Amino acid sequence: MKRTLLSLALGTAVSLAGITAASAGTLDDVKAKGFIQCGVSQGLIGFSNPDDKNNWTGLDVDFCRAVAGAVFGDGEKVKFTPLSAKERFTALQSGEIDILSRNTTWTMGRDTSLGLVFAGVTYYDGQGFMVKKSLGVDSALKLDGASVCTQTGTTTELNLADYFRANNMKYEVVAFEKADEVIAAYDSGRCDVFTTDQSGLYAERLKLKNPDENVVLPEIISKEPLGPVVRQGDDAWFNVVKWTYFALLNAEEAGITAANAGDMMANSTDPGIRRLLGVEGDFGKNIGLENNWAANAIKAVGNYGEMFDRNVGPDTNLKISRGVNALWKDGGIQYAPPVR
Amino acid sequence: MSDIHSQRNLAYVRTEQAPAMPAPLTVSGPIGWMRENLFPTPINALMSLIFGALLLYVIWITLDWAVFKAVWSGEDRSACIGDGAHGACWAMARAKFGQWMYGFYPFAERWRVDVVGIVGLLALVPMMMPSLPYKKLNGIFLLGIYPILTLILLTGGNFDIGMSTWLTVGAFVAAVVIPILLLGFVAKIIQPTHALMASGAIVGGVALLLIIMSIDFGLPYVETSKWGGLLLTLVVAITGIVASLPIGILLALGRRSSMPVVKLFSVAFIELWRGVPLITVLFMASVVLPLFLPPGTSFDKLLRALIGVALFSSAYMAEVVRGGLQAIPKGQTEAAQALGLTYWQNIGLITLPQALKLVIPGIVNTFIGLFKDTVLVGIIGLYDLLLIVQAANTDQKWVAPQTHSTGFFFAAAVFWIFCFGMSRYSMFMERQLDTGHKS
Repeated sequence: MKRTLLSLALGTAVSLAGITAASAGTLDDVKAKGFIQCGVSQGLIGFSNPDDKNNWTGLDVDFCRAVAGAVFGDGEKVKFTPLSAKERFTALQSGEIDILSRNTTWTMGRDTSLGLVFAGVTYYDGQGFMVKKSLGVDSALKLDGASVCTQTGTTTELNLADYFRANNMKYEVVAFEKADEVIAAYDSGRCDVFTTDQSGLYAERLKLKNPDENVVLPEIISKEPLGPVVRQGDDAWFNVVKWTYFALLNAEEAGITAANAGDMMANSTDPGIRRLLGVEGDFGKNIGLENNWAANAIKAVGNYGEMFDRNVGPDTNLKISRGVNALWKDGGIQYAPPVR
Repeated sequence: MSDIHSQRNLAYVRTEQAPAMPAPLTVSGPIGWMRENLFPTPINALMSLIFGALLLYVIWITLDWAVFKAVWSGEDRSACIGDGAHGACWAMARAKFGQWMYGFYPFAERWRVDVVGIVGLLALVPMMMPSLPYKKLNGIFLLGIYPILTLILLTGGNFDIGMSTWLTVGAFVAAVVIPILLLGFVAKIIQPTHALMASGAIVGGVALLLIIMSIDFGLPYVETSKWGGLLLTLVVAITGIVASLPIGILLALGRRSSMPVVKLFSVAFIELWRGVPLITVLFMASVVLPLFLPPGTSFDKLLRALIGVALFSSAYMAEVVRGGLQAIPKGQTEAAQALGLTYWQNIGLITLPQALKLVIPGIVNTFIGLFKDTVLVGIIGLYDLLLIVQAANTDQKWVAPQTHSTGFFFAAAVFWIFCFGMSRYSMFMERQLDTGHKS
C-alpha cells in the first residue's frame, strides 16, 4: 500500500493537495480515512497512559475506542495524539484531531467561546479530601480543626476556604508552591488532610510510602465534569460521540456487557435492549452508522461500568469508588436518555 | 695544598655525584600533593576537610539511593513500595527500558533503529579519529547517503510521490536553480559551466532522492508519532546540529556581506530567530501553523519541530561563526585577493578554516545547548526521552514513591553522557589543532 508523502515530508505540498480534503463533515472524513484521530493526555493515571507494551490505556482512551467501535465496528481503528494542556483546543480547532478526550473540564467559557462543544461527562470529578486512616475520619464534615495541605494560588485553596466556612469549621492551611511538595508534606505528616481533585487524590495516593493507610473521603466540594469535546457546528459527528456515551450508560443500565452483547442481540426480548442493540428500529442509520453501532461500541470496550472498573475501579491500583459516577438508579448522577 | 695531597691516601674517594635521593614523602607523591594543594595553611586545611566531608556525604547518599537500597527486580509497583523501598526502583527502569530507548516504535521493527544506530556509529567513529584515512568518502556517506538510509529505515520508505509533490518540489528546485543559472549566464558572476554543473547536480540529486524514497523496500510504515525516547531526542538533536552548522556559516557570511539584500536578509533572519524563545517557536509550529493550513490536513508534527529547531539553532550558530570570522585580520583577505583568489576560494581555503578552528568552544557550546533544549519538544506532545521517562510515573502498573526520581536519574545520566562526550571530543580536537597555542 502506497501512502502519501504529504504526511511526512515537504509539508508545503499539503497546501496544494489539502484543499480537496476539507469541506465534508467529520463523520464522512473519518469514514473516508478509516480511523479516528483522538487527542488524549500525555500521561494521567487511569485516564490516558501508554503501558509497557506501547498500548494506550485509560478511561479517556477507551472512550475513543468505543466511538471507533460505533463507527467502524472495530475499536482499534483509532490513533492517539498525546497533547499537552496548552495545545489541546487548537489541535481540535485545526482539525488535527477529530475528538478531544483529555480530562477536559466542561465549563461555560470553553463550551461557548472556543468553537467547540462538549458531548457528555465521562467522569464527574471534583475537589475531595484524603486523610490517614489512623485519623479515624469517615466524612469531610468531621475535619474541624484539621491542618490541610494544598497548593497556593489555585481554586483548590479558595474552594477549601468556602467549604470550611460554610460548614462552620476551623482549619489550618499548609500551602506549597508545587504539587510534588504538597504530597511530600502530607506524606511526612506535616498536615492531616491533603486536598485536590478527587481523581488526583487517588493518583497521588499511589506515590505515598504506604498507600493503603490513606483513605479518600466521599465528599466532593467542587464541580469538575470531564468529558469528550468535538468541533461546534458539526452536528452529525457530535451526535455520534454523544450517543456513543449514552449507549455505554444505557448498556450498563440494561446489563449488557462486552461478553453478552452478542447473545443479547440474538435472544433478548426486552424492547429497550433490542432498540439499543439495533435489532429493532433504524436508530443507527439515523445518525449515519450501522444499526448495530451500539453493540459494536459495547463489544469494543464494554459498558460504562466495565470501562470504569477496568481503568480506575476498585480492582485497579487506583481503587476509585464509583461515587457520583454511579448510574442514577444506584445513587449516582450518570444518566442517559432512552433510545426510542 | 698538603691537605689535598694527603687525601689521596684515603681508602675511598667519590668521583661522581651520588644519585639523588627520592624526595621525602612529605613533599612528593600523594601526601606531598595533598600538603601542597589541600592543606598548605590552616584555613585551606579546614576548607578541604569540610568540602571533602560534604563530597563524601553526597557520594554516599547517591550510592545508597541508587545502589544499596535500590530495588533491582520485580514485576510491578508492589516491588517498589512499602517501608523497605527507599532507593531507586530499577525494576521499573528495566521494564520500561525499551520504551525509553525507542518510544512507541513497534517491537518487531526495532531492529531498524538498531541498524541506523550501528551504521551511524561505524561511520562516525572513524570520521572523528583524525589519524584514519578515507575522510572524504566517509563524509559523503555520512552527509549524503546516511540521512536517506535513516529516513527510509525509520519511516519504512515507499512514499507516494504524487503529481502535486513533484510540482511543489519542482517549484522549490526552480527557485534555487534559476537564480544560479541567471548568475551564471546573464550576470556572469559565476562561471557558466559551474552554474550548469551546480544546477544539474541539484536537479539530479532531488530527482534521485524522490525516486529512492518512492521505492517499496517491503518495510512496514512507522509513523513519526510512534518515534520516541532516546531515538527521538537523537533525531531532533542530530538534525539540529547537522543543519545548523552549514546554515549558520552561510548566515554569518551573509551578515558580513557587502550586498545589501543578502545582508539585510541575514540580519533579519538571525535577529528574528534569536529574539524568540525556542518554546515559542515550537508552539508556533505546533499550534499556530495548523490554523493556517486547510482543515483536515496534517503536516507532520515532528517535521515541524525539526524545522523549527534547525532554524533556531542556525541563528545562534551564525553569531558564533561570525565571531570567528571577525578574528581573522583583513590583511589575509586582501592578500588572497591580491593573489587572484575568488571570494569562495578565499572563504573556503583561508578565512573559514582559521575562523572555525577559533570558535570550536563556541560551536560545541551551541551543540550542547541544543542537545539539552530538545526536551522542549515534549510540550508539543512529542515523547522525547524526558517525557517518556515521566510517563512511567503515570502508569498505574509502576507508579510508586521512587518512580519519578528513578526516571529523572536515568534521564540525567543519559544526557550527561552525551554532553560530556561532546565536550571531551571538542577538547581533543582543540589539542589536535593546537588552538590554544600552548606548545
